[in-house]
Amino acid sequence: MTDLKFEDCLARLEQIVGRLETGNLPLEESLKIFEEGIGLARTCARYLEDAEKRIEVLARDESGALGARPFAWEPEREQ
Amino acid sequence: MSTARAVLTVSELTRRLQEVLEDRFPAVWVEGEISNYRLYGSGHAYFTLKDPDSQIRVVLFRNRGHRIKFEPADGLHVMAFGSIEVYPQRGEYQLVIELLEPKGLGALQLAFEQLKARLQAEGLFDQARKRELPRFPRKIGIVTSTSGAALRDILRVIGRRFGELHIVIAPCRVQGEGAAEEIAQGLRDLNALGGVDIIIVGRGGGSLEDLWAFNEEIVARAIAASKVPIVSAVGHEVDFTIADFVADLRAPTPSAAAELVVREKQAVIDSLGQLRARLERFAARPLRDLERRVDELTARLRREMRGELGRAGHRVALAIRALRASDPVARVAGDRHRLANLQSRLVTALTRRRDRARYGLRTAVGRLDSLSPLAVLGRGYSLTRTPTGEIVQSPAQVSVGEAIRVLLHRGSLDARVTDTREQDDRPQV
Repeated sequence: MTDLKFEDCLARLEQIVGRLETGNLPLEESLKIFEEGIGLARTCARYLEDAEKRIEVLARDESGALGARPFAWEPEREQ
Repeated sequence: MSTARAVLTVSELTRRLQEVLEDRFPAVWVEGEISNYRLYGSGHAYFTLKDPDSQIRVVLFRNRGHRIKFEPADGLHVMAFGSIEVYPQRGEYQLVIELLEPKGLGALQLAFEQLKARLQAEGLFDQARKRELPRFPRKIGIVTSTSGAALRDILRVIGRRFGELHIVIAPCRVQGEGAAEEIAQGLRDLNALGGVDIIIVGRGGGSLEDLWAFNEEIVARAIAASKVPIVSAVGHEVDFTIADFVADLRAPTPSAAAELVVREKQAVIDSLGQLRARLERFAARPLRDLERRVDELTARLRREMRGELGRAGHRVALAIRALRASDPVARVAGDRHRLANLQSRLVTALTRRRDRARYGLRTAVGRLDSLSPLAVLGRGYSLTRTPTGEIVQSPAQVSVGEAIRVLLHRGSLDARVTDTREQDDRPQV
C-alpha cells in the first residue's frame, strides 16, 4: 500500500465508501472493505501529515550528471 | 606602330570588379520575391530574389540561417540585408545575406503561423494526445528562469495553497539566443529525474520577441515527448504560443498555472475527512440495525411471557375463588373423599394450565424464531447480558469478576469478566 500514490489511495477510498453506501454487502464483506477503507484513510492522512516543503533546483556537476540542490526562497519577504 | 593595349587577365578584371562591387555594397537592403529556393544538406540555402525586370542570386549561409525565424519559401515577398560578393570561379556576383524579413506580415508572426500549421497537420495539438493531470501532485517540476517573476508567482501561490510539496526547478533562460534549447533540456531533465507528477513550463509577460522561445519547434517537440503531463503558462492571458497548443493544459498566467495544479490543502483535508465520516457511518449501519432488531425481539418476548402467565394466573385465581365460594369447611366435614377428589382435580387443573402456559410460550418463541431476527446471530454476532438480564453495551455496566451470559447463534456461554477497556480493538481513525 505504501507505494500507492496519494491520488490512487484517495480514489480507492472513494470507491469503498461508494460500495458501502450503495451495495447491500454481506456483513463479512462490508467489514473487510471497511477495514481496508480505514487503512486507506490513515495512509492518506499520513501523506498529508508527512508532506514537507522542499524546493530544489536542478544542477549539473562537472561530469554533467544531473543533481538537485536546495533553492532558497522566502515568500514572506515578498510583497 | 601600334599603341600598347592594356590587357587584363580574366582574374585581374574579376579582382577589380570584386573590389568595386564589394567596396561599394558592403551592406545593403534589397527587396524582392523569393524564387528557386533550395536548402542543401550543408545547411546553406540558395535562391533568387527578383522583381519584374531583374534578378539577383542570394546565398544564406548556415551560420546565419538560424537567425531567420520564419521559413523562406518561393513567392514570399521579402527584404534582405547583406553584402555583395563576387564569386570569381563562375564570374558571378551574389548577395550574401545576414537578415531576411518578410514584407507585410511580421517575420515572427509568419514563422508562428507556419510552425502552427505544420505541427497541427502532424497532430501534435490533438485533444486525444492530452494527458490527464494528476489531482494531487506531490512533486512538481517547474521549467523557467530562477530570476523571473513567473517563478516567484508560482512559488507564492503554491506556498499559500499547499506549502508542503516537493518542487524541483529546472533553471533556464526564457528569452534570447539559446533559450529554446534550454527550455527543451529542462523538460527532458525533469522527465529523466523521475517521480515528477506534473511540470509547469513558462515565463512572465513580454513582447512577442520576448516570448519567442515558446514558439520554437524544439520546445514544442520536447513538450510532446514528455511523459509527465505539462501545463504551459506563458506571458499574459492574451498571449498564445505554440507551447500552449502542445501542452496538456494551457494556463493563462504562471499564477493561474499554480492554482490549476495545486489544490488548497484545507480542501484536501476536508474531502478526506468527509470520506472518513461516510465510511464510518455506513460501516456502522449493519451493526445498528442488528442491535435494534435484538431490542425489539427482547421486548416482544417479554410481552408474550407476561400475557401467557397472566392468563394462567387469572384462571387459577378464579378456581380458588370458586372453591372458596362453595364453603368447603362444611362439605369437607361430611365428605373427605370429595375433598381429596377436589384437591386432586385442582392440582390437575393447575398443572394442565401451567403446561399450556409453557406450551404457549414455547410456540410464541418458536414463531419469533421463524421470523428469524435472532438468525442474524448466525452471522457471527453475539449478545452479552449481565446476570440481571441487562444487555451489555459498555464496559462500565460490568465489573471484573462478574458473571455474564453470552448469547450465540447456537446456545450460550456463561463467562466471567476478566478485564474491561473503554477502547476496543476496532480500527480507530
